[in-house]
Amino acid sequence: MSNILVIAELGTDKSLKKATLTAVTFAREAAKRTGGKVHALVMGKGVATPAGELAKYVDVVHTADQAGLEAPVAEPYATAIKAGAGASQAQVIVMAATNHGKDVLPRAAALLGAGMASDVIGFDGSAGFQLKRPIQAGNVIATVEITTDTKVVSTRPTEFDAAAPSAGAGTVQPLAVELGPQKTRFVKLDPVVSERPDLTDARVVVSGGRGFKDAENFKKLIEPLADKLNAAIGASRAVVDAGWVPNDMQVGQTGKVVAPDLYIAIGISGAIQHVAGMKGSKTIVAINKDAEAPIFQIADYGLVADLFKAVPELVEKL
Amino acid sequence: MKILVTMKRVTDYERKVKIAPDGSHLITEGMNFVANPFDEIAVEEALRLTKAHGGEVVVFSAGPKDAAQQIRQGLAMGADRGIHLLTDKELDSDAVARLLAKVVDQEKPDLVILGKQATDDDANQAGQLLAGYLGWAQGTFASKHEGLEGPEEKAQKPGLAIEGGKVHVVREVDGGLETIALDMPAVVTTDLRLNHPRFTTLPNIMKAKKKKLDEVTAESLGVDLSPKVKMLRFSEPPARTAGQIVDSVDTLIHKLKNERKVIA
Repeated sequence: MSNILVIAELGTDKSLKKATLTAVTFAREAAKRTGGKVHALVMGKGVATPAGELAKYVDVVHTADQAGLEAPVAEPYATAIKAGAGASQAQVIVMAATNHGKDVLPRAAALLGAGMASDVIGFDGSAGFQLKRPIQAGNVIATVEITTDTKVVSTRPTEFDAAAPSAGAGTVQPLAVELGPQKTRFVKLDPVVSERPDLTDARVVVSGGRGFKDAENFKKLIEPLADKLNAAIGASRAVVDAGWVPNDMQVGQTGKVVAPDLYIAIGISGAIQHVAGMKGSKTIVAINKDAEAPIFQIADYGLVADLFKAVPELVEKL
Repeated sequence: MKILVTMKRVTDYERKVKIAPDGSHLITEGMNFVANPFDEIAVEEALRLTKAHGGEVVVFSAGPKDAAQQIRQGLAMGADRGIHLLTDKELDSDAVARLLAKVVDQEKPDLVILGKQATDDDANQAGQLLAGYLGWAQGTFASKHEGLEGPEEKAQKPGLAIEGGKVHVVREVDGGLETIALDMPAVVTTDLRLNHPRFTTLPNIMKAKKKKLDEVTAESLGVDLSPKVKMLRFSEPPARTAGQIVDSVDTLIHKLKNERKVIA
């Protein structure tokens, strides 16, 4: 009972999400501390390919491959995770804290009667099992301890590097899950289609706020810059609430947490809740006409300028 | 239809909480406390649903005596009555979920609506745990297709669609909006774009004082309140300091290319 079970997440094309490999990195460190092996659970329908891919990274992959798991719905997935925890004799169950992970994992924790620490950013101390997690919009780091024997952890993807493949290949084992009657029915997914890199994976993120004045300006000015830098586009909560851009572009405590190599915040004042979502970025640039804007307090480079002039100039000169 | 909603008392999310010098606790004395903003959205949604379908909205909070203020706020928004589980203990999400499960057993609501997370501990667990304990369907991060500036929002239409014993939930997921149908009773948690919660008015605040608020000690429900996740200590996150102000776009590009090498 000292093994670690990583819950995999697949994209709609059934490819293994990079966030899963960040959870593997946490799992390897956890396994060192418990003396166990790293197992993984892949759920879905027709998932042999991602299961084989994941076997390059862990000791054992359990695949729950059945019709009832085709759509990533919390109710059947939590049941499958409980079965996977039993099959892998897991002491620790870990999943990346994506929206899917946040939905599914606490329900599985309830089924297991296990305590769960959310959005973990690392271990506190070189031994033992004390975990660090941000609270209060990232203004405080809490060190927590899960008191139950079985421990459930969701990990913040931006805080861990993606794992490299292991030396030897792991084994793949089927896992049959008794799902029983279900109370949830998947109806549809309306995807946001974008040619740009994924916001949480992008090397460069260009983000805009209220300073753009309206949706048309936002699009007209930000897109050419994102094109030049092959960047993902993010937005402040105000911009998302105003309906200028889709919900999943929101960067912040209540939106997405990003940590790209370069984050360019344009016309964003730097509210606590926005900063919570981007302060892990390696280099932060702020462009704002208000020299007193709080964003300048955390920016590596600040440019006090009118964005309507500075952004086109930047596009032209890059 | 009966809807149970949560209203958590949290520290003002626009202010920074101080950490005790020895890191043993957070200093909350003198801080302003507010209702968890996600819970206000939950109350608003419940009120819109009962306006459309009829029924009762019951506001729940577990916490110290002063948490009654947040329940009263829900009542002033228009909820019908309140349930306050009194405790001075620090409750983790799991204890709250098990307390809620007890209240659900007594109240038998058709729907429980909670904020997706509380802005103090940012755990994002209570709704999912509750659904797991009850064996109910869950619809987390409820949102809607229409933006918050659209005509539906101005008309205060509910974002959740209830029909034939099912609730349809539009959810914010990575890469889009997902729709799922849940058999009722069910648990729903709210995201930011579900609605704009209404403000309370003075006449409604006065009216709320006369509404029924049952106070019960949390301990009396026979739930083990000791935390499954213990907070051991608190520390400051690594500080990020202000860098330099550059005088032009040219300088900025030069620095990004040569000092940081983040652009080619």
